[in-house]
Amino acid sequence: MNKNLTEVDVVIVGMGWTGGILSKELSESGLKVVALERGAPRTDNEDFSVPRMRDELEFGIRHGLMQDLRRDTLTIRNNTKQTALPMRQLGSFLPGEGLGGAGVHWNGHTWRWTDMEFKIRSMYEERYGKKFIPEDMTIQDWGISYKELEPYYDKFEKTAGISGKAGNVGGAIQEGGNPFEAPRKSQYPLPPLETSLACDLFAGAAKNLNLHPFPMPTANASRPYTNPDGAKLGQCQYCGFCEKFGCEANAKGSPLNTVIPFAMKQPTFELRMHSVVTKVHMDQEKKIATGVSYTNLMTGQEYFQPAKIVILAAYGLNNAHLMLTSGIGKPYDPVSQQGVVGKNYSYQTGTGATLFFSDKIFNPFMSTGGLNMMIDDFNANWNFDRSGPQFVGGTTINGGMYNGRPIEYHPVPPGTPRWGKAWKEAMSKWYLRSMSIGSSGSVMANRYNYLDLDPTYRNVFGQPLMRMTFDYKPNEHRLSKFTAQKIQEIGKSLNPEIMTGPAPRVGPWSVVPYQSTHNTGGTIMGTNPSNSVVNKYCQSWDAHNLFVTGASLFPHNSAYNPTGPIGALSYWTADAIKNRYVKNPGSLV
Amino acid sequence: MDDSYGELKNTSRRQLLKGALIGGGAAIVGSLAPAAQALSQTKQEVELPVAAYVFFTPAEATFIEALVDHMVPADQLTPSGSELGINIFIDRALAGSWGKGGRMYMQGPWQEGTPSQGYQSPLMPSQLYRAGIASTNQACNKQYGKSFELLDPSQKDELLKALESGKIVFEDGLQSKTFFEIAYQSVVEGLFADPIYGGNADKAAWKMIGFPGVIETNTRNIVEYKNKLYKAKVMSIADVS
Repeated sequence: MNKNLTEVDVVIVGMGWTGGILSKELSESGLKVVALERGAPRTDNEDFSVPRMRDELEFGIRHGLMQDLRRDTLTIRNNTKQTALPMRQLGSFLPGEGLGGAGVHWNGHTWRWTDMEFKIRSMYEERYGKKFIPEDMTIQDWGISYKELEPYYDKFEKTAGISGKAGNVGGAIQEGGNPFEAPRKSQYPLPPLETSLACDLFAGAAKNLNLHPFPMPTANASRPYTNPDGAKLGQCQYCGFCEKFGCEANAKGSPLNTVIPFAMKQPTFELRMHSVVTKVHMDQEKKIATGVSYTNLMTGQEYFQPAKIVILAAYGLNNAHLMLTSGIGKPYDPVSQQGVVGKNYSYQTGTGATLFFSDKIFNPFMSTGGLNMMIDDFNANWNFDRSGPQFVGGTTINGGMYNGRPIEYHPVPPGTPRWGKAWKEAMSKWYLRSMSIGSSGSVMANRYNYLDLDPTYRNVFGQPLMRMTFDYKPNEHRLSKFTAQKIQEIGKSLNPEIMTGPAPRVGPWSVVPYQSTHNTGGTIMGTNPSNSVVNKYCQSWDAHNLFVTGASLFPHNSAYNPTGPIGALSYWTADAIKNRYVKNPGSLV
Repeated sequence: MDDSYGELKNTSRRQLLKGALIGGGAAIVGSLAPAAQALSQTKQEVELPVAAYVFFTPAEATFIEALVDHMVPADQLTPSGSELGINIFIDRALAGSWGKGGRMYMQGPWQEGTPSQGYQSPLMPSQLYRAGIASTNQACNKQYGKSFELLDPSQKDELLKALESGKIVFEDGLQSKTFFEIAYQSVVEGLFADPIYGGNADKAAWKMIGFPGVIETNTRNIVEYKNKLYKAKVMSIADVS
């Protein structure tokens, strides 16, 4: 039995970074906001307290803070010829669950995506010609520009307390920063983190090869910090329990210690936990969203929450799932290439190497989520000529380790037995004496990589699971091969005693090993209803009072982590709603 | 076996009691109490029963002890796998939420799938583990005429490599490779997880590699110990609870 509730101005589905930002901004503007979060409440002080939070098994391996697959998962396959099967255990990516979402257990990497992404098709066509883009590569311009987003990037960086070194302030290149970043109006709010030996070695090697190393911009506060709203962050302790963990020192910028408490202060805001949204309802003409159905997991009771504005702020994949199960918009079909919901699902690629030095001590456990040095020479550097290696997109390359947690991290040289005395001796010898070089590579949208509803498997609410069809294409194989060569050059120049890898990623994508929680696409933004689900204000083409946030908006995936534009687009959308939409409800474009 | 191993064994039994008491909310140990202090407190406590199995049958226990002792043999670095309690760790993990498929999607229908599609067994991990032990012993009996624990070390290596590569075909249809990987992961977890879960007794595996444990405030250390050996008291969850 669906219990009907009283209508509110705004209902927000999900309470991570995007739900938190919109909850704060819209409730502060006087709108009556109800936010629905499927998971449990939690606080830094209690839930992330030491020693309980320093339990690698529970949080690092058993995924204590992530989505519980008993209730809902996806089915997966590499191509349309295969039968998709359920992701029965978490592996390749780790959607969050609970108050603060994945924003509590991220590493903090925060980038400003540039016009090279937002105008990808026009810029590549102009420079390399139309034929350079493979026929099945369905990349498109986003309909938004860096210039429009710049103030919102700035706002998000200041909210989350990003530590970093600016590389381009108002067009003036800054020594030690990223010279390839787009011009910014101000510095990062905090100076960069300290560096580790691995950072120093990588940066030295990169410089010697005429590359341009700089510190990762990251939401690990290098100093105690008070953000413009008055939220107080502690100083990063380099404890090595960052990604997959909550921050005991309150030093990781997260929605839980920034935007959410400010929303909670508003009398116009109400948060309901353990509330799983199962459907967005539309009016009879299918022109207006009327509200959402949700189930309270504490009681099993189902509710209908009517609202004047509906905002999908769940993990990106779940936004796409909700659109599909609610029957809003036309589902994408890879054969006819008609439809838009589920289109352009993308991911990331990469490769890495481990370098072994018996005369150095790296202390990998003294680290944090963004402790590394980067190069962007093969990504945001538009002057880098892609016609030789023949790929669209790019890769960042980084040196350093984010943690030394031993179940996951105990590097041994190639050829070491997997058990026995020799294994133990190798772990004992090399744990402190090795370093990593890693990379993060873009994945271009492809006609055959998409999301739709599975014909067979269902979740606990009886709804079809979402089906993910994904594999790396030749463009990504070429990028990964190129990346492996570059890592090889950088690594070899450091003269390690032994080096493993780097092996290019050319096999099928697998759901088993962890790779990246950067799933993009499915509810993409674009310039018109035939190529996208939402417009540049993240507003549905089908229902003008339905907004979507998060990485499901991205028409392709870049080498950069997604949270920078996710945060910026949330502030951008909040402004569009409170300054324009509320005054004159209707299409914003 | 030298005396320090005996001492370690007794210590780990006491640690087990301490863990149980903490679970009941009865133990009061000062925050950041040095391990030595904690030890002296536990020494006055009553003698305890040897840790017993809650999941494994006697025959399975024999198998798992042989497996963890072969994969983690006693040497100058650590005591053996069973002396570290890795067998107890695995027993508890299989009896608990993870073994019962706690956070897994377990609904059918089932089919084998491609390697990219990961775990597709209709069995929960504890059932798969149990079936895997039985099938491994069956394969051992067929090939060597005796069960796993009675093989000599080189035969154990040979057998484990054949499981790892999937070369052994189990008669019940279970993939030998699937069993190997789940068993291997459980040994690594038992070796390196916090001792509160029953393995890694006396934090021996952390000491072996130089991981200082759970309490780390490295804001100054990261500067002071760059390229330098950092020696600190290794701390576990129970040490600071």
